[in-house]
Amino acid sequence: SQTLTHGPTTPAKTPSTSRSVRTQDFSDRRGNKSTPIQTSRSASRVQLFSPAPSVSPVSGRGEGRRRSGGFGGCASGRQTGPRGAVSEEGVRWDGGGRRSRGVGRIEPVSPPTQVQLNFNNLEDFPPVGAAQSPPVATKPSRRINPTPVSAERPNSKPKSCFISTPLSLPASPPAIPESAGAKLTAGSPHSLQEERELLRKERYVWAVIFSLNNIPVSMMMNLICLLSIYVHADVLEKAYLGNVHNCVYFSVRVLENQFELVSHLDKCTLRLLSENERVGTFSSSLKDHLAQAQENCTAKVLPSPPMFVHSVPFQPATDNRSNFSSDRAFHTFKKQRDVFYGFLREWEDSHKEPGWDFEAALGSRVRMMVSQLTAAGSHSHFARLFQKQLIQMCKGPCVLGSSSDAPDADLLGMLGADSLGRLKRLQQRLVQPQGLIGPCPPPSFPGHQEFFKCFLQTASCCQLNQHLKDGLCQQLLKLDEVSILGPDDEKQRFSSVLLTARLLAKFLGFISFLPYQTSELPSRDIQDTAITLRSKSSPVLDVCAVLRSSVHRRRTILTVPWIVEFLSMLDHIGPLLPFYRTALCLLLQIYKRMLLGRGGELCYMNQLLMVAVLGWLFQIPIFPEDLFFSTDLKEEVKELENITSSQGLDTLPLVDQQLLYTCCPYLGEFRKLLAAFVAGSTSKSGGLIRKITPTSAELRGPSTSRSQQKLQVDLEQAFFHNQPPSLRRTVEFVAERVGSNCVKHIKATLVLELVKGGEKTLRDSLGLEGVNTAKLNDSICAQLCDAGMQALETATRFCSENAPGAVRVLLPLETSPSVLTTAESITTRLATEKACSWLSANITSSGQVQKNCTHKVPLGSEVMIEIKEVLSVAVGPRSEEEAYTVHQIESLLYRVGQTLGCRKKTDYLFLIRQLIERGLLGEEEVGTNWPKLSALSWPEVISKTLRFEAGILTNHFLMAFLVCSCRSL
Amino acid sequence: MMDSVSSSSATVADKSVKRMQICRAEYRVIGRFVEQLRPTRQCMKTLQTQFPHLPPSTLLSIFSQEYQKRMKRSMARHHAPDVIKEYYQRYRSEAKTRPAAPLLLELANQVDLSPALLARLIVECFLEERQASVGASRHVLNNMLREPYLIPDLLLAKHVEQCTVNDCCYGPLVDCIKHAIGLEHEDLLRDKLRETHLSFLDENQLRAKGYDKTPDIILEVPIAVDGHIVHWIESKASFGDDHSHHTYLNEQFWSYCNRFGPGLVIYWYGFVSELDCQRDRGILLRDGFPSDIVTLCQGPARGRV
Repeated sequence: SQTLTHGPTTPAKTPSTSRSVRTQDFSDRRGNKSTPIQTSRSASRVQLFSPAPSVSPVSGRGEGRRRSGGFGGCASGRQTGPRGAVSEEGVRWDGGGRRSRGVGRIEPVSPPTQVQLNFNNLEDFPPVGAAQSPPVATKPSRRINPTPVSAERPNSKPKSCFISTPLSLPASPPAIPESAGAKLTAGSPHSLQEERELLRKERYVWAVIFSLNNIPVSMMMNLICLLSIYVHADVLEKAYLGNVHNCVYFSVRVLENQFELVSHLDKCTLRLLSENERVGTFSSSLKDHLAQAQENCTAKVLPSPPMFVHSVPFQPATDNRSNFSSDRAFHTFKKQRDVFYGFLREWEDSHKEPGWDFEAALGSRVRMMVSQLTAAGSHSHFARLFQKQLIQMCKGPCVLGSSSDAPDADLLGMLGADSLGRLKRLQQRLVQPQGLIGPCPPPSFPGHQEFFKCFLQTASCCQLNQHLKDGLCQQLLKLDEVSILGPDDEKQRFSSVLLTARLLAKFLGFISFLPYQTSELPSRDIQDTAITLRSKSSPVLDVCAVLRSSVHRRRTILTVPWIVEFLSMLDHIGPLLPFYRTALCLLLQIYKRMLLGRGGELCYMNQLLMVAVLGWLFQIPIFPEDLFFSTDLKEEVKELENITSSQGLDTLPLVDQQLLYTCCPYLGEFRKLLAAFVAGSTSKSGGLIRKITPTSAELRGPSTSRSQQKLQVDLEQAFFHNQPPSLRRTVEFVAERVGSNCVKHIKATLVLELVKGGEKTLRDSLGLEGVNTAKLNDSICAQLCDAGMQALETATRFCSENAPGAVRVLLPLETSPSVLTTAESITTRLATEKACSWLSANITSSGQVQKNCTHKVPLGSEVMIEIKEVLSVAVGPRSEEEAYTVHQIESLLYRVGQTLGCRKKTDYLFLIRQLIERGLLGEEEVGTNWPKLSALSWPEVISKTLRFEAGILTNHFLMAFLVCSCRSL
Repeated sequence: MMDSVSSSSATVADKSVKRMQICRAEYRVIGRFVEQLRPTRQCMKTLQTQFPHLPPSTLLSIFSQEYQKRMKRSMARHHAPDVIKEYYQRYRSEAKTRPAAPLLLELANQVDLSPALLARLIVECFLEERQASVGASRHVLNNMLREPYLIPDLLLAKHVEQCTVNDCCYGPLVDCIKHAIGLEHEDLLRDKLRETHLSFLDENQLRAKGYDKTPDIILEVPIAVDGHIVHWIESKASFGDDHSHHTYLNEQFWSYCNRFGPGLVIYWYGFVSELDCQRDRGILLRDGFPSDIVTLCQGPARGRV
């Protein structure tokens, strides 16, 4: 039946009426302040969901994907995208009886006060279908005009993304008179009696659909609708079920029937549901079950904090000069990489500013960059960078919906900066209601994905797109084949693979169908031509083969979700092409054959994910509805399933709640809806109240850093924690032994030599005349200092050479490489630490010497600055009191010598040569005194050999000396 | 007198005592104050007296950067051919009347041009005059500025020397010193890393591997500083003001981030504190080697061995 296919009527599904009249109406009431979004939000109590201000893959300017007509080409009554559709609905619903109150708003739905219900009371539970005329006088606020329901339904019906499948739609929308007080039914082709008859049938059938689940209706959408009825029961009462209690009763019963599904929702939703008074009133057993399910539900769905934006690392193997055809290509790409990240940062900074536009702000620069890539032939490099960066930034869960939906970490960021713009945004966020996006939002590019999408759109570069397609296809097929089976972390691995594949598939679809995207559905003639034309060329990816193989090998849980993402990007003609039609049929048959709950509890979540993503695909506008009734390929899929391998991913419990909600963020709509109910629902501000907990910026700011730090410190502990205890014991044992052996080795070799050498120096020197003992001590200490450093280096080398091998031998062969590497490095570190702590405790003097050594000696630049200062005084002009004594100059020279001597950075010979060249040092003197000179410290060299004229240093000398020093330092 | 000499060369130890992060408002105060100063040692003393709480090296760095901006702004004015000619004529005529006076220094101060830059212009004119047809080669010119006694005109040589020696912002000596300071701080950084047992690859090793952009240091194992991950370290032996920081960001720091992830910039002579606002995007600023390093395996880094 046609009715079956489309589930229940929800308020927003009621037929649309003439738009112009209503638009007029709404602008009258809203004044010119309101935007369509605000309007629709303010009316959201009835319409259930505001449109997502999402970015459509087609236009990129916030317009929804248009669906201007079905196959029949019937354009009447079609909605122009989600935004338009919903605001129409909202206003219509808002109209009717409520306008008489003089405000364009609907009172919040407050949680009803607890009432004792008498189930036998016909007033509380009137028979469904009994035409009941509500006493207007007693309940004015509840008066709402029933909306006609029609059994008639053309095959090609209009569909917007959400609330998009009206139960029924008159062939021509009824004209609803806008004159005050006019009954909507006046223009209805049916009597209310007939409608209620329909509804009664529908309700029953719907419950059946739900449990059988063999008709392609988005399960999630149905649940959402159900909850909507439930939450908004009082609004709907007169329209459909005659009474608020009937509504709630109906909803509660369906929830009970579908308890297994409900129980797999997140904890918060379960809590909200179980604490809801209406549940308690109508079914205490459901309430108990919910409470119980909540207990059992361990997984929490938390929005993960926004990841730090990591860049794609430079890998010499793929990125250095040898990978480029020319120097120019290499250097161009060097610049382009930075330019690309520059765009990314600019986008991050400003894309949320009102009025900011990617094309206007970055368009010409993006195209300039791409054209330079073309000139340099570096597209393959850039495509790789682009793809890697995309995965890095967008793989994790994205926050769906508007920017105001960002998690609280965003708020922290805002508080951190004091820029006025940010504060304004914060203010907006505080006053703006939370947007609901509905259970079947159109395909979108949330978070950073938008940047990548806009970049490709703006660049509009066929070379880049081709390279990207190649890369994306390759990686997708690789991911699809990847082995998930592992020891412990298969869930995590699966989640990572699936999320990456979905992301890549979406972008592959986006790029592949981009050339064919049109804002309107082309006319029949153009369609036929396009189909003929496009059927000839081979598709970018053989999705049908991949799908068949996945069924055969029982890997649908991995393949189907990414194929869904790929196909969701189809253009208008795409689904009509035989190839993609086949793919969609395959998906449909897979869906039909998959019965929730029959695969045993083990894989319930797997199936839930598949049902959710497929249901979503079937509900978005590109899906051709005539396929629902197709039985093509039914037998094939059946056969495929019959000959499957017995083992495969589908039989493993791979999906958890976190992954489910990450892939299907629209599941969060349940929670929002219920939360809205608790919060007094549609508040006076017109939407849901967003709960913002005030936090102190001071407290929260560093806590992110602190937790990061803690994470670092905890990493090692965590590493051992998840490993068998024997690993830790092995690591500690090996570290202890290697460290100890290292110390023994150093004692036996280096230290022994050192001691011998030091003793000898001392003995030899003391025998000589006029030895400066202090200086001698210094020189021995300096030797020790070097030796100490050498010892540390030796120790480090010893441990890192010996520890890893030992660990490797002692750990099981099956240890995974990453665990092994980490264990090795920790062992090495522990061993080195042990050795070095012994060294530092036992060669302390060397440490001491080193310290004195580096700090006592002035830096070269400091000495140079002093020389320059002396020079400037010497050269003049100078004041009377500015003068240097010979003693001061000598002291300066002494320090020069110290610096040069200690740092050992000076090319000694070079300096000597320079001084000789300038005639400052007699060559013969150097020649005769060389043996002596080389043994002397620098100050002595200077004072003994330089040609001073009566102790006066000439400027010439200092200048030359300075230049020499500068060069040699 | 010795005191003043040594105080002008503040040691690393001095710097750590004095505050080196300056808020933008204070920086503007300093900026306004240095507008009237000339690059001489006398003016540097005035500056130090005015802001005694800041290390002299920081003040010199700030002044030097502000002064360079000033010179760039007025470059067109001084480099017009007729202007240069006029400067040269003035020098020539005065050199006849009072050769012993610091003529070029005086002229530089009068027209607010760096003495070393003026000396360069004058020597250029001098060379052109002597070998009218052949343009003076850059090499010859640079050598004469570096060692003025190569200039055939000894009087001019003396005046040029006076200029290069008295200019604390421009000239071959300052270039040498700046170069040396840069190298020393890179050395200092490497020493500190060795002390803290952090293994790293330096610029030369990176270049050998074919990296297209090379920070001073890449850590082989990342560390955390103040809760922020650090993969690379860049040493800047200067004060980080808005202008220079933004230039560095675009030419270096972002490039490093784009390739190696988050990192650390050490402005050894301090920086405008407000500039440290890109921590969450991977650029952390410090005015010295961090003492609060956390590594993956060993927790807080131990001090020197």
